[in-house]
Amino acid sequence: MSGKTIAEKILAAHSLSNIDISPGKIINAKIDLILSHFGTARVVLDYGRIRPSKLRKIFDPSKIVVILDHYAPAPNEKMASAHDLIRKFVKQQEIENFYDIREGICHQVLPEKGHVRPGMLIVGGDSHTTTYGAFNAASCGIGNTDLFYAFVKGELWFKVPPTIQFNITGKLPYNTMSKDIIIKIAGDYSAEVARYKAIEFSGETMENLSIASRMTMSNFSLELGAKFAFGIPDQKVVDWIKNRTNEPFDLVKPDADAIYEEQFEINIEELEPQVACPHTVDNVKPISEVVGTKINQAFIGSCTNGRFEDLKITAKILEGKKIHKDVRMIVTPASQEIWMEAAKSGIAETLINAGAIITNPNCGACFGGHQGLLAPGERCISSSNRNFKGRMGSPAAEIYLASPATVAASAIKGELTDPREY
Amino acid sequence: MALTGTKSIKEYKDILKGKVWVFPDNVDTDAISPTQYLSDIKGAVEHTCESIFKEFPRDAKDGDIIVGGRNFGCGSSRETAPVILQEKGISAIVAESFARIFYRSSIARALPVLEIEGISNEFKTGDEIEINIPEAEITNLTTNKKYRGKKLDPILLNILKNGGLEKQLLDELKEKGKAK
Repeated sequence: MSGKTIAEKILAAHSLSNIDISPGKIINAKIDLILSHFGTARVVLDYGRIRPSKLRKIFDPSKIVVILDHYAPAPNEKMASAHDLIRKFVKQQEIENFYDIREGICHQVLPEKGHVRPGMLIVGGDSHTTTYGAFNAASCGIGNTDLFYAFVKGELWFKVPPTIQFNITGKLPYNTMSKDIIIKIAGDYSAEVARYKAIEFSGETMENLSIASRMTMSNFSLELGAKFAFGIPDQKVVDWIKNRTNEPFDLVKPDADAIYEEQFEINIEELEPQVACPHTVDNVKPISEVVGTKINQAFIGSCTNGRFEDLKITAKILEGKKIHKDVRMIVTPASQEIWMEAAKSGIAETLINAGAIITNPNCGACFGGHQGLLAPGERCISSSNRNFKGRMGSPAAEIYLASPATVAASAIKGELTDPREY
Repeated sequence: MALTGTKSIKEYKDILKGKVWVFPDNVDTDAISPTQYLSDIKGAVEHTCESIFKEFPRDAKDGDIIVGGRNFGCGSSRETAPVILQEKGISAIVAESFARIFYRSSIARALPVLEIEGISNEFKTGDEIEINIPEAEITNLTTNKKYRGKKLDPILLNILKNGGLEKQLLDELKEKGKAK
């Protein structure tokens, strides 16, 4: 029998179906953890259609994490009421793992609070749930009806995905980041290179990346269509997780003779900072081809790039400088913990002195919810994950995606700028 | 408030007939379900896909069928995307390929989705189509050509037949209640 990939091993360990685990097969599998944010409101309404007396028997609150990160704090009465509905539900159902609007963005908070461990099968009512692949967990997004079903049954159907491997070698050049690697992959291989597939990232570059940088890659892999996106299962992951939870776990490594649908070799020694131009994530150009494009807003944040190292490189570039007078720079730390770290380390002060606006941790600007929407004709450079038409407000606005370093450098000049100049 | 309810789910039929709308590759969920109408289904239905075809929200009729390109429904996990198309009256989608979450959510909402390589070149908007869902057989009634896609797994076909995951679950719970 041939070897297995990480995805095949984790799905096999959770399978409730008595069939071989191989790509294309559909199985029912039990789920270790269910993430729900704003979509919980829909789940609550669905629950209203089941007799309340039956609720408790079919519900395992310890496997569910509910977090309010979209529209946080509530920008209007409608959203306030949705939050209120969710808070009441969480109390009624005795869901202990509830994080109210103060904590931050789900994909940062769940690992920070120790909910994510290697080998887990995790689903979330959010597409970027792929992020936990950086921690060797099989995790993917689902819609609200699947979410409701998972809340009640603790299981779902899963298609066993084929796995593709990106083997990445070389040392990242000055002021380029893991975001540049993953945007480059989108540009070179298209936004559907990993559609309905699992990704395994490997190679010396991946080994050398921080956990935060690996999270960026697993997160953005969703934009390549990925179902799961695994980082390297190594000691860095073990150390990070042990610092957050005492629960036991084992790393899941692929077999040496695992079968990959496709393998890509990528060398990044000469990598130039990359920009995903409007209006698709695979409309990618190196920064040199777009320098000088005027911008109105610069955004640092989101589940893709709102972590401490992202704020740190932003502060390093902005240190002692001023943001261009025609640019609004919005910085949204991904979690309260990161915000606190930024405050203690002096990074927050550097950002404010440069003219940036720091918001509370939330999903707002990235998904066009609030706190930084764009007017028709405006242009934004953003460290987030989507540049679709209308994503951040007006459909007549333009979004350019890049690394935090490129966003910071561009904020100073008021136009798309190569961060290697700083 | 998030969209709710299953009233736009049509009763399952093995064979569907309708008028075709041919969509391009990479139709994203923001185009189908614009953020500004996330909590306003009526508004969303009036504006769905207008960035692709201005006339779609105006002219699409109950029972119409979408023939899509590659990566149909890419983007966010918003289930409003298949829901809005159902509300618009779309009875099935045949595409070269689907984005994963859109595919799952369509099955969960009992919106039939079939994958067939190369299908988008075989239809023009306005053609008549017939779909045999269990056989994954597509006929262009305008050109009289037949195509065969990959059959749905029995687990997925069953969800469609049961009227979606929510109804399947509620029926299952009712059965359990009766047994006691």
